[in-house]
Amino acid sequence: MVKVKELPREEYIERGHAACGGCGATIAIRHALKALGGNTILTVPACCMSVIQGLYPKNGLSIPVLNTAFMTSGAAASGIAAGLKHLGKDKEINLMAWAGDGGTYDIGIQALSGAAERQTNFIYTCYNNAAYGNTGMQRSGATPYGSYSTTTPTGKRQHRKPMARIMAEHGIPYTGVISAAYPRLIYDTYKKAKDIVGTRFIEIHIPCPTGWRYPTWDTVNMGKLAVESGAWIMWEREGDEYRFLGRSKLIAEGKVQRKPLIDWIKPQGRFRFLLKDPGMMAEYERGIEREWEIMKRLVGC
Amino acid sequence: MPKVVSVSGNHAAAWAARTAEPAVIAAYPITPQTTIVEKIADFVEGGELSSQYVRVESEHSAMAACIGASALGLRTFTATSSHGLALMHEMLHWAGRARLPIVMPVVNRAMGPPWNIWTDHTDSMSQRDTGWIQFYASNNQEVYDTVLMLFRLSEDPKVLLPSMVCLDAFILSHTFTPTTVYEHKEIRDFLPDYKAGHWKLDPKDPMATGNIAGPEYYYELSYAIHEGFEAARKLIPRVVREFEKHFGRSHGGFIDTSRCEDAEVILWAMGTMGEEATLAVENLRQQGIAAGSARLRVFRPFPVEQIQKLASKAKAFVVVDRSLSYGHTGGQATEIRSALYRGNNRIPVQGVVAGLGGRDVTQTDLEKLIQVGFDVADKGEAGPEIFYGLKR
Repeated sequence: MVKVKELPREEYIERGHAACGGCGATIAIRHALKALGGNTILTVPACCMSVIQGLYPKNGLSIPVLNTAFMTSGAAASGIAAGLKHLGKDKEINLMAWAGDGGTYDIGIQALSGAAERQTNFIYTCYNNAAYGNTGMQRSGATPYGSYSTTTPTGKRQHRKPMARIMAEHGIPYTGVISAAYPRLIYDTYKKAKDIVGTRFIEIHIPCPTGWRYPTWDTVNMGKLAVESGAWIMWEREGDEYRFLGRSKLIAEGKVQRKPLIDWIKPQGRFRFLLKDPGMMAEYERGIEREWEIMKRLVGC
Repeated sequence: MPKVVSVSGNHAAAWAARTAEPAVIAAYPITPQTTIVEKIADFVEGGELSSQYVRVESEHSAMAACIGASALGLRTFTATSSHGLALMHEMLHWAGRARLPIVMPVVNRAMGPPWNIWTDHTDSMSQRDTGWIQFYASNNQEVYDTVLMLFRLSEDPKVLLPSMVCLDAFILSHTFTPTTVYEHKEIRDFLPDYKAGHWKLDPKDPMATGNIAGPEYYYELSYAIHEGFEAARKLIPRVVREFEKHFGRSHGGFIDTSRCEDAEVILWAMGTMGEEATLAVENLRQQGIAAGSARLRVFRPFPVEQIQKLASKAKAFVVVDRSLSYGHTGGQATEIRSALYRGNNRIPVQGVVAGLGGRDVTQTDLEKLIQVGFDVADKGEAGPEIFYGLKR
């Protein structure tokens, strides 16, 4: 894994961006772009990044950005990819779509699936804060079971979609599931993805103080607790091979114990209904155990 | 050397794409546009067209992909119809507002329900305010020629707007006529390579497009689009003239008129119905009736002055729309009345809705409607909208 002092000094998200205090997405894009470098074109649908990049006529990202409509990241990227191929620049310029969980799991899944099926040469990042953050925390296909959202005011009664597995099953050459709490892993993941040709899907778990309702200083801790408690599993699939990553690997191998789920849930205001309802809590836990079983089967351990 | 091929309106559109050589084509099939995307596939896989061809999974994605490619500063092309156009609606706005000169044939087809694949202009009329230049063609050669003219117009640095050429389903899309076509190198004097001078996605000169702009900027950005349309209004006559100089053909400017110089009643229609109207006019003229026809070729930018000028000599207009804005009237009638009310020649305008969902409108029907125009002229006022041929 890259050492902190080896991380490139260059910044591609500038000071003065418009993210909320404690935003996990800024950690994610900062280290993703450090790995990809400035020779990168970004396309962004409606999501927090539409705001984070700053208001016209200024922009906080120092790479070219095509903002596009909510459901189109995969399609807009397909057009850019085709254009780069026409120009003979598809090998030298990195192309990345950067979309939220609503723009990926829900409204953008068709365009993304189409782009993956066409073997479009780009990196698709789903930065997942588990709700429609930019519109004020409505439930999405990524919202976990039991979580409060403004459209599930007594807690969501469905589990999230296994989005990354859905993408992996498209037969794309790389799928990675990581967390904003581990910047060096973000860097390494993008460094690896950069040199792979074809559709690369990377999902980053993004702790969100505004939506998850925890103090702004606790973002990294919240991200780590999600992984340490097993609520978020980090893994990658390269070619046909699945592997656990980072702390999730240690958990899977039995080298460390999972922390109690309650340690992650309790500090977050969004889980207040889950905490009061043992039945809901049990269902959420059942969903997590099922994820572990499926992932262990896929990794083969 | 130009060659004459027997092609359908759709194949004429595909040939025009081949001639213009877009860098990227992204498209999705829909009846009756399908033979455009099929022909393009033949051209691309037969090595006759070097475009990157993205066979996307929806029309919404087709337009999004065109937007992505066009944002690199590249020539882009797509084609659609009816529900496909409606699905694109969001991205039509996006392309217009992002000032991307995408060119798109639209095969005019009715909207469902019920499913109906025949011609009707409601699909494209519904896209009036999306920031797209709109032309309507009346024959296959005009489809081909207009695509080339639209690339020239759209890519002009003062215009930078997307444009569509509309053609009637089946009447043009699937009817074969001899059409003169060219290879790319033969048209480059008229249509040089597209060079995006404004902005493009380029890591060497990074720039963002489309990020949030509040009330302080939005109005000016919208007005700039309006200015683009005004620039197009100025440029259209020049593009038509230069096209004629290069290729020896013209299909008219904003309006293709027939016998309007001394006409008392002028019948307005778009697309193939406009062509049919010229036959109706000729027949009536032989009977000594002072009829004229005006085929509206350009719907946006809307030719207000030209319409006012035609009203200065005529006594009444009969406007036949193959579309209906439910609760009001056809798109063309609304706009023509609005144009006249801004001038001093407020002659009566009889609105007629006819031919919806592909119902045939014949030369005889149009002759009858012109006769109605003479009654309107005598009375000095138009009657309620005529729903011509309605069976009930």
